[in-house]
Amino acid sequence: MDDRVILRVGTKILIPFILLYALYVQFHGDFGPGGGFQAGVIFAAAFVLYALVYGLGNAIKVLPPKVAYICGALGVMIYLGVGYVTMFMGGRFLEYNVLAHDPAHGQEYGIIGVEFGVLVTVFGVMVAFFYAFAGRRRIDP
Amino acid sequence: MSWLGVVDIVLLTLLAVTGVAVIRTRNLFAAVMLAGIYSLVSAGLFVVMDAVDVAFTEAAVGAGISTVLLLGTLALVGYKERKPSHTPLVPIFVVLVTGGILAYGTADIPPFGAAGNPIHQHPEVGRYYLDQSYSDTHIPNVVTPVLASYRGYDTMGETAVIFTAMVGVLLLLARGPLPKRVFHEGRWMTLRPGTTREDLEDLTEETPPTGSPASESGTHPAAKADEVADLHADVDPNGDEEATHG
Repeated sequence: MDDRVILRVGTKILIPFILLYALYVQFHGDFGPGGGFQAGVIFAAAFVLYALVYGLGNAIKVLPPKVAYICGALGVMIYLGVGYVTMFMGGRFLEYNVLAHDPAHGQEYGIIGVEFGVLVTVFGVMVAFFYAFAGRRRIDP
Repeated sequence: MSWLGVVDIVLLTLLAVTGVAVIRTRNLFAAVMLAGIYSLVSAGLFVVMDAVDVAFTEAAVGAGISTVLLLGTLALVGYKERKPSHTPLVPIFVVLVTGGILAYGTADIPPFGAAGNPIHQHPEVGRYYLDQSYSDTHIPNVVTPVLASYRGYDTMGETAVIFTAMVGVLLLLARGPLPKRVFHEGRWMTLRPGTTREDLEDLTEETPPTGSPASESGTHPAAKADEVADLHADVDPNGDEEATHG
């Protein structure tokens, strides 16, 4: 693993762009294809790539499994939280119209909020999946 | 026939060839890679059918993450498929019947992409989304408001399903925290802080004696510091005494 300089350097160069692309997919979802789900997968893919090239131990130092598990739960709570915020602001659950003076803007804010929740959950779950699969050792029959 | 028709035929042929290849090969590594290609070709088909959001997901999940997870599984179970012990006749029968029913069902599906299809005409759903989504939300991509606003409850449920999947996978596959004590070379030892699982996996090949470790922790005279000092650096030879106190 240590002598694969091109692989390591190439990965290091690629990862920031993958993360940036995931954010682009997230925030461009209003205008083109994309959204929280795809962005979460791409964001997780950056960490998976890191783990594949630099080893699981280093990846766990960068992103401990516990953080991934917390992200998996946190995203659902963000989603639900947007729903509760709309309730506290006088609307119904997930009725984004009340989030701003202009209902259309409220819709936009609400959608950004729940999409962020989806991103966080999908990211956490995908990384957790990878850790769960990659963290086991081969059992020889 | 337009050039898109040619693209359709090429992609569908590739899909069928990949599918047959996945069935034929006994090398699971090849099968996983072919399954990734299958997903990628499917994503291409979705793009041709103007379902770019679905194509995006298929390419990212099907061709990307799924392939990595399957490779991770292969690293655990090996790359060779055993010869099945049964004849393939019954599975072939089931597949042919199911495929035949599905092919028969497509006869009733309205023409692909036609504007008059029922799904585009429902006044409160399809029609409404297409007509009103921009003035309701000012978001040009109609898929986004449908997913996150009109069908917000559905997406909330999906997010919860993904979370539930994580809980299920972790319950089945993930391993909990490291044990506080391991049995090695005939005695129980407490791990030093900072011991990793890789260190531990070299040690735990032995079968510990019957009886719980806690009840025996004080009864192992062999666990003296001088005798175990040359052991693996991450096993604390003095740990037994700490454990007795704790």
